[in-house]
Parts: sequence; structure tokens; C-alpha cells
Amino acid sequence: MNEFRFFPQAASSDAPQTDAIYFGLVIVSGAVVLVVATLIVVFAIRYRRGTRVGRGAASSLASREFEIGWTLATLLAFLGIFSWAAAQDFVQLRPPPPGALAIDVVAKQWMWKTQHPGGQSEINSLHIPAHQPVRLLMHSQDVIHSFFVPAFRVKKDIVPGHTEELWFEATTPGTYPLFCSEYCGTDHARMLGDIVVMAPQDYGRWLAGQPQGDDLAKAGEGLFRELGCSGCHGENARVRAPPLAGLFGRPVPLSDGRIVVADEAYIRDSILLPKKDIVAGYEAIMPSFSSRLDEGDLTKLVAYIRSLAAQGAGP
Amino acid sequence: MTDIAALPPTRAGLHGNYLSAGHTVASWLFTTDHKRIAILYIASTTLFFFIGGAAATLIRIELFTPDSGILTADGYNRVFTLHGVIMVFFFLVPVVPSTLGNFLLPLMIGARDVAFPKINLLSWYLSIAGGALALYSLLAGGIDTGWTFYTPYSSIYSNSFVTATAAGIFVAGFGSIATGLNFIVTIHTLRARGMTWFRLPLFVWSLYATSLIMLLATPVLAMTMVLIIAERVFGIGVFDPERGGDPILFQHLFWFYSHPAVYIMILPGMGIVTEIITCFARRRVFGYEFMVYALIGIAVIGFFVWGHHMFVSGQSGYASLVFSFLSFLVAVPSAIKVFNWTATLYRGEITFPAPMLYALGFVGLFTLGGLTGLFLASLPVDIHVTQTYFVVAHFHYIMVGGMVSALFGGLHFWWPKITGKLYSDSFARFAAVLMFLGFNFTFFPQFILGYLGMPRRYHAYPPEFQVWNVLSSAGAVILAAAYLMPLGYFAWSFLWGERAGSNPWDATGLEWQTASPPPEHNFEAPPQVPEVPYDYHPGRESARD
Repeated sequence: MNEFRFFPQAASSDAPQTDAIYFGLVIVSGAVVLVVATLIVVFAIRYRRGTRVGRGAASSLASREFEIGWTLATLLAFLGIFSWAAAQDFVQLRPPPPGALAIDVVAKQWMWKTQHPGGQSEINSLHIPAHQPVRLLMHSQDVIHSFFVPAFRVKKDIVPGHTEELWFEATTPGTYPLFCSEYCGTDHARMLGDIVVMAPQDYGRWLAGQPQGDDLAKAGEGLFRELGCSGCHGENARVRAPPLAGLFGRPVPLSDGRIVVADEAYIRDSILLPKKDIVAGYEAIMPSFSSRLDEGDLTKLVAYIRSLAAQGAGP
Repeated sequence: MTDIAALPPTRAGLHGNYLSAGHTVASWLFTTDHKRIAILYIASTTLFFFIGGAAATLIRIELFTPDSGILTADGYNRVFTLHGVIMVFFFLVPVVPSTLGNFLLPLMIGARDVAFPKINLLSWYLSIAGGALALYSLLAGGIDTGWTFYTPYSSIYSNSFVTATAAGIFVAGFGSIATGLNFIVTIHTLRARGMTWFRLPLFVWSLYATSLIMLLATPVLAMTMVLIIAERVFGIGVFDPERGGDPILFQHLFWFYSHPAVYIMILPGMGIVTEIITCFARRRVFGYEFMVYALIGIAVIGFFVWGHHMFVSGQSGYASLVFSFLSFLVAVPSAIKVFNWTATLYRGEITFPAPMLYALGFVGLFTLGGLTGLFLASLPVDIHVTQTYFVVAHFHYIMVGGMVSALFGGLHFWWPKITGKLYSDSFARFAAVLMFLGFNFTFFPQFILGYLGMPRRYHAYPPEFQVWNVLSSAGAVILAAAYLMPLGYFAWSFLWGERAGSNPWDATGLEWQTASPPPEHNFEAPPQVPEVPYDYHPGRESARD
């Protein structure tokens, strides 16, 4: 057993604002509790049976004014707190900065797999540099999990079938616990990990020292051929399928008139549910690969297609 | 020297009361008397309360140490699910409307019974059938999904008795719907002469608001349970993404019921507390009309805040802002009620028997529970503390600190009316103070645990959380003692207690104008209501002020 601790470590750029709102609420709540408790105690003593104090009725007009007064005061106070909290949330709603380090996270019963852009992968841990925005692209292989790092004050559910994004910027080097906070079955309480925040140069050294795993995109390229994707999407294909070079990150017109941006979620959906978004001018002939790919393979394929963004970016 | 002169002072002795109307088992199991049905519900909900309480005891023992202790991981998951399912669906939701509500609603409005006495009995059988299914799944091996049944875990991955439990909740839900319907019709059609809408006691208003929610929200829960069973048993893809379903759809459906259900679990408590505080402050309730509007306001706005359970689920950030705003809004009427209870004490003539102590304890615990709701309505703070012990502490302050305190207060307040006997006030006051202290001791540390980041539903946890868990478990021992004590002195009172007169508290309200226990048909003559409720200080203002 250890000493009494009232407060978690704070190690992200979000933490100070969240803590400020928390402290603000603690102060407001404390004041309200104090006022209500004091009034109850004072009334209970002063107006207990047998005391000789005035007990006449307050005029009904005064009572109505009190009611309207404290209703409005409460409403305004609550609206004030709401706007304060919502303004902070708007900051957190903004999209991740373009230079963010993209890391893939796969959650499954009951472990975390993380993969760096260079293909270095970890299990139940994640090394990240301090002072650099980190963007997580998260998928679940089975049930809902939730990525929760108390020291960063961030949390996001990972819903199977969805691509979930979360970004943050760590500020203080150190090792912080990662919890799965959405109940996921037997070993929910053992689905833990370590987030290791390192100074940027240490992170570079750490990356270089990792066993040189196949580069994610390179591995994806191999799968791309193995699974026969190149038979249709390749350069010399006989079947007419949308070209993938330069596709990533660009708007794609669809046959039903919508225009979507080709991000990770779109690429994944196109592989798993090809009938969902048909590119304008093409036939819906692609089969679904959902039964032939696990999360790891999918991540590699998406990384490969992402790497084609720089190529052949014609108009 | 006539026979009339020899009549005993209470007429109940002559005509018998609802308790003496029959002594066979059949006279209880086939009764349509709302008072006897209330007693049936008291028996069944008490049983569920102690089953759920036993599960809570196991949880607090397990969490005394950071490592896995007396329970395996699977064992713990089954125990906390059992605790949640039994306490929410089979205790907290039905308990006040079906026990005190059933007993008092017709008495308080001057009616002979509820509008549909047979449907009332049917409700009890439905709740028993549902409870039996839930208990069957407990005995057969348990269920491990948490009371929230999140998909696709519950519909595809769990190897436990989800179907039987879901069926149990489905069946019991119809008991709730029927009770809600019965109460609404009763309040609309069976009020005594002079009992206008704005002369209704606030407990009746709180039952009215609660019944509206039960009637409108419970069908959504029933449908959701059917969809879980459909996916689990027949493989129809509704929530499972691999079959084209959406797990988030489940959360919308579930919380569309379960958030309003939180208000089912608190509104009747607010009603009880108003009856008690006015009686022992000898004071009219401050701002009666505002209290009524606040009850209805909570019930209505409560339908539009469910999304605040899903701030980290991937729901649109803009939707979350709207739900956050509405959640702040629904807190306003709750705050008004706290201010009004406090103001009711002003210039009162206050005494502190056990029911009053429970009621004042309710105000304190409800205030803390309500204020911590603001933390959870604030998006950035919610993102950090949702799915942690902060949430656990918050809803226990409302549902246990609030509702269970109010229930105990109500049981102590109306016990003389229900049984015709008095109980030991000193034991009862001791239990009330013990419950308040034990409750805070148990649950306050969990707020701190939550902000530290301890997730819910962990049977083992990192050692840095142990200090607060040990405190919480220690508090639970005190709380358990406070819950067990009334069993003793109530039993003693029932067997050997002094007779209570028809109105031992000198309270207003029609239920106190008939004998204790009331006769089978409630009133010997149709009552009349010439006055506003809580007329505790008529004329005194002119004499003293």
C-alpha cells in the first residue's frame, strides 16, 4: 500500500485545461455544498421545535421572487460552466496537425498492438516522442475496447468496424499506464500497457535500435501482389479498376454523386465493403476481402496505398 | 347504554383491516388489493436488494487487495454484472412505485384502489417471472456482460447466459409498463372530490412523472433486448459489424431507455422526501408549483440527454456538444428542488425522528451526486473520468445515496400506517446516521480513484489505487450494518411493537385520515379535500408574526 494520492500525473498538452475545468467545478461544487449544508444546519438548529423565534409566513410574492431568482442564477451559472467546458472541447475537436506522427493501434481480447510508420511494432507498449503531435489510428479485432491514458486525460472507444482516431501531444518524458477502460470480457483488467514518452532524440535512437521489421508499406506491397489486387489495380491490368497512385488524401467522386476524401477509413471500407462507395465511372465488380484479411494485413495494405500518394499525382 | 356508545375509538377494529382480511397463502397470491400487492412487492424487492447486496459485498472484498483475491476474473465479471442487473432492473426501477407507490397512491388521492386492480397483480407476476429468469441465469452459470450489455460483446462474444437474462428484463419491463399505465389512469380518474391537480401531494406528482417515463421509455428497452436475443440466437445482424450491424446503434437504444430510467430511480425519492420534510418541519413546502414543474421538467428533458453516455464512443463531436448542453439544462430543476427543500426548513418547527434524518441525508447525498453530474456533463472532464470509478461514485450517490435513503425514509415514515405498529425511534435514528456516514465512507473515495484513472470493472488493479479501495471496502462494512439493522427492529415492531394511532406523526394528507392499518376499502366514507397540501401551519402566521 502506498501514500494517499489525490491527483494523477499530467503529461500531455490537454491535461492542464482538463484539470483547470475540474478544479473550477470542484470549487463551484464545494461552494454550493457549503452553502446548502450551512443553511440546513442553521435552520435545523434555529427552527428546531421549542425555540422562541419568529415563524410567520414569508409573503408569497417574496417566495416567487426567490424561486425565479435562484432558477435564473442556477441556469446562468450552468450555462457559464457549459461554455467554458465546450470551448475547451472545441480545441480538442480540431483535426490533428499535418505533421503528426501516425501510429496504428490494434486492440483485441486482451492486448494492444502498436505499429510505428517505419514498421516497428510493439505489444502492450508504445514509445512516442515528447512535444510532437501523435495521431493514433485505431481498430478493434473483436469487441469494443477503449484506449485510456490517465496521465494524458484522453480516452477513446475503439468500436469494431470503425476507424477511430485520437491525437495528443505528450509533454513530459516518463512511463505512463495505458488501460482498456471499456469492459471487454474475461481479462479486461489485464489489458494494460505502458506509454513511454521519450525526448525526441531518444525516440529516434530507440526506433533505430528496433529489429528492422519489414517496412509496413513494403509488406503491404507484397500482400497487394499475393492477394491479386495488382491484377486489377496494377499498371498493366486487363480489368478496368480505379488507379491507386496518388489517390490517398484526395477527393474521389462517387457514382451516386457524393465526393469523399480517400483517407484510411475510406481505403479500409473499399477493401472490406467494396459495394459501399463506387467510384464514378467504374463498375461494382470488386469482391469483398473481409474474410481473407486480419487487422494486421489490412493495416499493411492501407500503409502501402498511403505510400502511393506521392506517385503519379496527375490532375 | 346503547351499542353505539360502546364502539371502539378506531373503526378499523370493528371492520377489520387489509392485513386481517385473509390469512391463507391464496389470499395473498390472488389479492387485487393495492395494499396487499404492495406487501408482495416489498417482499420480492427486499429479496432482490439483499441478493444484489451480497454481490456488492463480494465486489468490495475482492477489491480490498490489488491482486486477484477470492474471485477469478470470470467470477468477478459475473458478480458485478449480477449486482448491476439485479439492483437496477429488479430493485431500483420498480422499488418505490411498486411498494410505497402502490400502497399510498390510492390512499393519498382518496381512492378505493388503483384503476386496474387485476393488472396491478399481473404487474407483480411479470416482475416475479422476469426476476426468476434472471435468477435462473445466475444459478445456471451467470452472465458477464455488465448491466449495460454492450454489443458485440453481449450479442456475439460472451459465453454466458445473456439470452435468459435479457428475456427476464424483457418480461419484467412489461410489469413496469403496466404499473406506469395503471398509475397514470388512476391519477387522472380516481381523485377524491376537491383533490385538484395542484392539491396533489408531491409524492403523487413524482409517481405521475415516473409513470410517464416508465410508459414511454420501457418499450425501447424491451425492443433492444429482443434485438440482442435475435442477433445472439438467430444470427440476425443488427449490432455485429461483421454482419453489417453497428455496435453504436445498441448504445443509442440502450441509453434512450436507461438515461430516463435514472430518473425513474430518483423522482419517486424526491416525492417521498418532500412529504417527510414538510411533516417534520411543520411547514408548507416552499414553492409547491415550482416543485411540480421541476418534476415534470426533469422527466421531459431527461429524454433528451442520453448521448452524454457516449462522449468517447466516436459519436459526432457536435452531437456531444448538444448533449452536454442539455445535460446542464436538466440539472437546473434538480437544483431548484434542493433549494426548495432547504427553504422549507426556514421558519419551521423542526423535529428529527428517523424519517427526517433519512430525508436530510437524502438532500446531502443527492446534492453531491447532482453536482458531480456537472463534471460528467462537461466534455473534457467526462473524457477523462467516464468509464472510471468517478462514474461509479456519481451514480451510486444518486441511486443509492439518494433513492435508497429516500426509500428507507419512506418506509420509516409510513411503517406505522402500513403495519399499524410503532418501531424503536432510537435504533432507527442510529441506523439513519450510520447509513449516511457509511455511504460517504464507501463512495467518496471512489471519486478520487476515478480522477486518478482507475477503470471500472477491474478485478485486479495497479497497487497505487489500493489505499482508496481499502477505505471504500471498510466503509461498505458500516453501510452493510446500516442496511441490516432495520430488518431487526422492523421485525420486532411488527411482532411486538406498540400500536400506532391513525396519525402518529400528526401529518396532513388523506392517507393519515384513515385507520392504521387501513381498512380493505381504504376509507369508510369518501374523503373530501378542502385545502392545499402540507397545510401544517394554518393561521399561525397571524398569531405569531
